[in-house]
Amino acid sequence: MTAALELEGLARHYGEREALREVSLSLQQGQTLVVFGPNGAGKTTLLRVLATLLRPHAGSVRVLGSELPGESWKVRGKVGLLGHEPLLYRELTARENLRFHARLHGVSDERVQEVLESVAMSARAREPLRTLSRGMVQRVAVARAVLHDPELLLLDEPHSNLDPAAVELVAPLIGVGGDGKKRTRVICSHDPSGDLTQADVVLGLRAGRPALLRAATEVDPAEITELYR
Amino acid sequence: MSSVQAAQQPSEIARPAPQPVALWRTVGALLRKELLVELRTLESVPAMSLFALSTFVVFHFALDRNSVEGDLGAGILWVTLLFAAILGVNRLFVADADQGGFDAFLLAPVDRSAMLLAKILTLLAYLVVLEIVAVPAFALLLLGPSLGPALLGLLATLALADLGIAVIGTLIAAMAVRTRSRDLLGPLLALPLLVPIVIGGARASAPLLEATHRVAPAARWLLTLGLYDLVFGLIAFALFDFLLED
Repeated sequence: MTAALELEGLARHYGEREALREVSLSLQQGQTLVVFGPNGAGKTTLLRVLATLLRPHAGSVRVLGSELPGESWKVRGKVGLLGHEPLLYRELTARENLRFHARLHGVSDERVQEVLESVAMSARAREPLRTLSRGMVQRVAVARAVLHDPELLLLDEPHSNLDPAAVELVAPLIGVGGDGKKRTRVICSHDPSGDLTQADVVLGLRAGRPALLRAATEVDPAEITELYR
Repeated sequence: MSSVQAAQQPSEIARPAPQPVALWRTVGALLRKELLVELRTLESVPAMSLFALSTFVVFHFALDRNSVEGDLGAGILWVTLLFAAILGVNRLFVADADQGGFDAFLLAPVDRSAMLLAKILTLLAYLVVLEIVAVPAFALLLLGPSLGPALLGLLATLALADLGIAVIGTLIAAMAVRTRSRDLLGPLLALPLLVPIVIGGARASAPLLEATHRVAPAARWLLTLGLYDLVFGLIAFALFDFLLED
């Protein structure tokens, strides 16, 4: 059993403002960590640190066995990020966008077609992204995040803009890896009723500090609701 | 350390590490994307070309002369090309910054120099198209002597100057794009660094634009342009990775 994430006293600030402080946790491969917390609690910052896009300012962060930021280069390519922004170019079509990302990750065009079909976007794949609805763009963004079959999937409110049918459509894609095993995931969420069921570990953040860290089976949904008060 | 282990213990997943993508493949993918986005939006090259044409018309009437040559002609040509190029420099990273292209690139297992190379090539392509429009227009609207005999020399001067503008423009655009006042900061930082290129370009091409029809550009200034390109090329490769870092 290998730890996918090992955080010890992680801190990150923007100027004078502390976005994260004293975050320590461990997550094993194949597990899902769900992070709850009100707006500005530090959820997105945590995801960006784990994705190697932000440097930790204090503490120790190991992602997939590599120490950040020193070994960030080892982690790139093994992480998939689905953030608030789709990381797609509006003027390009869904297929052009995914082909571009496929080239950056050394992935074949067949895989592009496969993920487009998985999110039911192959029929609209030739239309510029700016002409698609937000929900469709989110489906393409999900396809982009899993295109290279990442070892660690970082999802920031992955179901935003998706209708219930689309939520069901993308669930297997973000839940199971190409090897048929459960993906290691970190999911930021505001939806305890939906996402608590997917969690192995729950982290509650309030003003950048951990207010709750426990196995999901031991968490009462009322404790999560309390984080938002 | 607070550590939580869930009841379910999946077996360890052994996957091969992702292979780094070859530099030239990454440059090709980025360049293709850049040109596709420009073809769809037409945000940079038409604006640069229209700016150059408008400036020549303004000079034509403001100078109240039917034709220019030599130093004056070279000065008008290079100042116009410089300001037109600044328009392209300002837009170079905007789509990446606004639409998450930087993050997507940083998440990939690729050499970061690929973005520098791709952006330099993109800006070079923009400048070549600009000059295909602007140089004949300059010859038609302002230049007294015929451009024909001096064309090869002028092309050599333009090539060296374009390379310098592309390298410095890419470096400055990458610095400025993540700031709040990028539209102001980009030109403010770029202009002082690009002035030596304008001086070199104008001095090298002035003899070509004289009525006496000298066919060779001033070698000393061509050499100066080449050295300037080399120095800033090395600086750009040394600094670019750090500009992309948090």
